[in-house]
Amino acid sequence: MANTRGDAGRVEQGGSAPKIAVIDLWKTFAGREVLRGINLEVDAGESFVIVGQSGAGKSVLLKHLIGLIAPDQGHVIIDGEDLTNSDAARSLEIRRKFGMSFQEGALFDSMDVLGNIAFPLMRHTRMSGDEIAARVRQCLALVHLEGVERKATSELSGGMRRRVGFARAIALQPEILLFDEPNTGLDPITSGVIDGVIVEMREHLDVTMVTITHDMKSAFRIADRIAMLRNGQIIATARPEAFRSLADPYIQKFLAGEPVEEEVA
Amino acid sequence: MSAEAVPRSPWTALFERIGRHSLNVFEEVGRFFYILYNTIHWTFRRPFDIREWVRQMVRVGVDSIPVVGLTAMFTGMVMALQTYRGFARFHAEGFVASVVSLSLTRELAPVLASLMIAGRIGSSLAAELGTMRVTEQIDALYAMATEPIHYLVVPRVGATTLMLPPLVAIANGLGIFGGYGIAVGLMGANPIMYWDKTFQFLDLNDVFSGLIKAAVFGLILSVTGCTKGFFTTGGAEGVGRATTSAVVMGSVVILVSDFFLTKILF
Repeated sequence: MANTRGDAGRVEQGGSAPKIAVIDLWKTFAGREVLRGINLEVDAGESFVIVGQSGAGKSVLLKHLIGLIAPDQGHVIIDGEDLTNSDAARSLEIRRKFGMSFQEGALFDSMDVLGNIAFPLMRHTRMSGDEIAARVRQCLALVHLEGVERKATSELSGGMRRRVGFARAIALQPEILLFDEPNTGLDPITSGVIDGVIVEMREHLDVTMVTITHDMKSAFRIADRIAMLRNGQIIATARPEAFRSLADPYIQKFLAGEPVEEEVA
Repeated sequence: MSAEAVPRSPWTALFERIGRHSLNVFEEVGRFFYILYNTIHWTFRRPFDIREWVRQMVRVGVDSIPVVGLTAMFTGMVMALQTYRGFARFHAEGFVASVVSLSLTRELAPVLASLMIAGRIGSSLAAELGTMRVTEQIDALYAMATEPIHYLVVPRVGATTLMLPPLVAIANGLGIFGGYGIAVGLMGANPIMYWDKTFQFLDLNDVFSGLIKAAVFGLILSVTGCTKGFFTTGGAEGVGRATTSAVVMGSVVILVSDFFLTKILF
């Protein structure tokens, strides 16, 4: 299948460097090629959504963007700087540009909500206790959660955990936000609320967003551009309205939620 | 790419198996030294998380006093009971105190305390870090530009290494006290003579080498526990495996290294 990576619907910006560039990324786990030559570019301020079946390599790709996994081959360029070739100290510096929200929140269960959101502030800033508390309140307000600072993470519902995860991700005012399956396991109403929060965060914060999801409804709500990942390759990239009308039979089946015979997730 | 079954001789299968096991052993050893090296590397880097160090020292040290103390006291009591009966056969009861104090300080207190801590702390380190690994909390630390070894492993390994010697010192005292109680209280030994004999052959060197051993065992068992937890894969089952193997590996490595340390220190 031709890789129609092409930047259908992409606004050419006369040579301005992309915020994130992925060049020919390959990764193999236990003899299985999970990523097979991924190329993509995300512009500053853009909300880029990568969709695909379970096992298509979405999470692995997202973890490469922030350097949690090193590729076998290829490069991840952040603001013109090659994350894959940076030493440990430099890659920690580059990571400070990121905020990441994990699938189940990945909240520290040894801390309450306040401790979780305050954690990056305490590690990386010299803010006073009052300033940190104020910033935590501000982040929680942005995700529409107020008065939960003293709750243990075990007391939170799935949707609340995601939102606390968002609040923690934005605490250090990152330039890039990564969302790993923000809607997985949530009911449609809560899922809609989460999408709303993501859209609002984008409006209020000057950030570039990359989200991976298999939920097309959510993708259409939050994306500027959508890329389809299949068997470790990007098979199409398009703006949401153009994405719906792509002729690729696999994409049409994916949109319609119909089974594809040759693939078992 | 068909892997059509080329019949393999039993020898090939045997060598394959040996090769796979050897690779696993090298991998385990490599991981242990990776964590050890990085722990030392990050120990002297800012920020120093004093509160976390204190929390871990309380968990490893203060909270372990009952279990270590009880173990040492009963070991001293059994030592006195056994040696008193044995030595009485050739009228050497007077040496019971010396045997109890020397064997406790040089060998039994450091090894038994470390084995107890391997069970209590090594397992909990593996379970804690393993759970953090499978629930992506360790990835979250990386994502927040925080080195997990710096934040998680350094205080845990540091606290265990620092707290084992005082725990062993307490174990020495309680073990000797237990032996005294049995010999004097139950067997009718002369209390003043028992006390004299306890310290007659006991050198400060015996005590110090026991404490050095304890620190090394603390380092080994905590690095083993953290390594097992840090590289956990496979969900809840993986955490269970990591926990068990942290205790087994920790205990075996303590016993093996005890031999070499004894050879070097004494």
